[in-house]
Amino acid sequence: MPNKTPLFDQHVACGGKMVDFAGWDMPLNYGSQLEEHHAVRQDAGMFDVSHMVVVDLQGAEVKAFLQKLLANDVAKLKESGKALYSCMLQQDGGVIDDLIVYYLDEQNFRMVVNAGTRVKDLAWINQQAAAFDMTVTERADLAMIAVQGPNGRAKADAVMSAAQVEAAARLKLFVGVESEGLFIARTGYTGEDGYEIMVPAEQAAAMWQKLVEQGVRPCGLGARDSLRLEAGMNLYGSDMDESISPLEAGLNWTVAWEPVERDFIGRQALAAQRDKGGMRKFVGLVLQDKGVLRAHQDVVLNGEVVGETTSGGFSPTLGTSIALARVSADVADVCQVAVRGRELACKVVKPPFARNGKSCIELN
Amino acid sequence: MSEIPANLKYAKSHEWVEDLGDGIVKIGISDHAQELLGDMVFVEVPEVGAAVSAGEECAVVESVKAASDVYSPVTGEVVAVNEDLADSPDLVNHHPYADGWIMQVKMTEEGELEELMDADAYTEATAEEDH
Repeated sequence: MPNKTPLFDQHVACGGKMVDFAGWDMPLNYGSQLEEHHAVRQDAGMFDVSHMVVVDLQGAEVKAFLQKLLANDVAKLKESGKALYSCMLQQDGGVIDDLIVYYLDEQNFRMVVNAGTRVKDLAWINQQAAAFDMTVTERADLAMIAVQGPNGRAKADAVMSAAQVEAAARLKLFVGVESEGLFIARTGYTGEDGYEIMVPAEQAAAMWQKLVEQGVRPCGLGARDSLRLEAGMNLYGSDMDESISPLEAGLNWTVAWEPVERDFIGRQALAAQRDKGGMRKFVGLVLQDKGVLRAHQDVVLNGEVVGETTSGGFSPTLGTSIALARVSADVADVCQVAVRGRELACKVVKPPFARNGKSCIELN
Repeated sequence: MSEIPANLKYAKSHEWVEDLGDGIVKIGISDHAQELLGDMVFVEVPEVGAAVSAGEECAVVESVKAASDVYSPVTGEVVAVNEDLADSPDLVNHHPYADGWIMQVKMTEEGELEELMDADAYTEATAEEDH
């Protein structure tokens, strides 16, 4: 039997079409993925992300631990609540998972990792943490609701206390704050403004219902995927995994090479890969022909396979199909993708494709 | 509960067939099928004049979720295709038995119609699938 989040009954009541996702019974959509997608770009939608794994890391040596564990550097975090996106790497540079870590103070951090990688992530984190003076605590007692879209924050305000609204109003992008039992963060996975709200499991259903009453549209995993794809955000297991380094997944910007003394796990392998050169690059594709690009189709240039799509689908905002792809360095402005025996013409672009309600791409 | 009109015939692979007379049939996918697939974003229809065979792929419907083959329930020649689907693939979602039709075929093996399910049999088949 798959696990159920504290919001399972709400999903069923809202007409959610439930599917198994990483061992969780989750809503794929509540009728129309396209309408849910547009609601987030144009108004406000919400996602149950309670299946994601919240881990509190606390102790005298927690900062040193994270500086070893993560390819990005938590020393960048100075302001309480500030979030950092990072990969957690194997020694060989392959990606174990991508995650968000919040800095609360020098001895308190909170991490959010993917549901599908929970077991191996916790095993790895605990194994590495053993050498440090610190504790690792999974917060299965917290549910999480992501309210996203241009009107998301205003609508979420209506379900929070005055103190929570005031605390949330001060948040800059990519910062979170604890207030009266909630952890409210101005983060998300859609390319829109909004909050990700961690809420005690027993209060989650009431909060969801109040958000529904505010006109926040329940959105399923389908819209979550098409929104993050348009926003040019990677999906672990699709765009990268243990066999791929962040340097070939468009995540160079998340690798903190400075200071050079910081010996994070995977550093030597990444440095060797960088110095050797010849890496594949990670690009966006916009389909010029009719059809739909999907993940793991061959990218073709001059009749030769030069890479593969790692994510793909229909972009509701652009009205055409888009993909993320890992290709050889000689791919420039155009390429083709093999779809059912035909080669469809694509334009090569730099993601994101769409954010903040609008396309970021010139279509022609 | 999906809609299953009584006047149509159905294939196990969820296509419907409407007998237009003169050996010509209209073909689409059932309400049950479109519900399973989700919002349509592209439909690849065959060319007029193409030969199709019963049980073989003749079109592709692509939803937000995945690409799915449509299998021709009958053998014959394609005599018309629904060109409106090029701009409005969502017709398959909203009107699967009317404006969301996919193609018309001039049958060469008329007996094939008898091998398809009637509405009652298809209702039973989809109910079993749900359990």
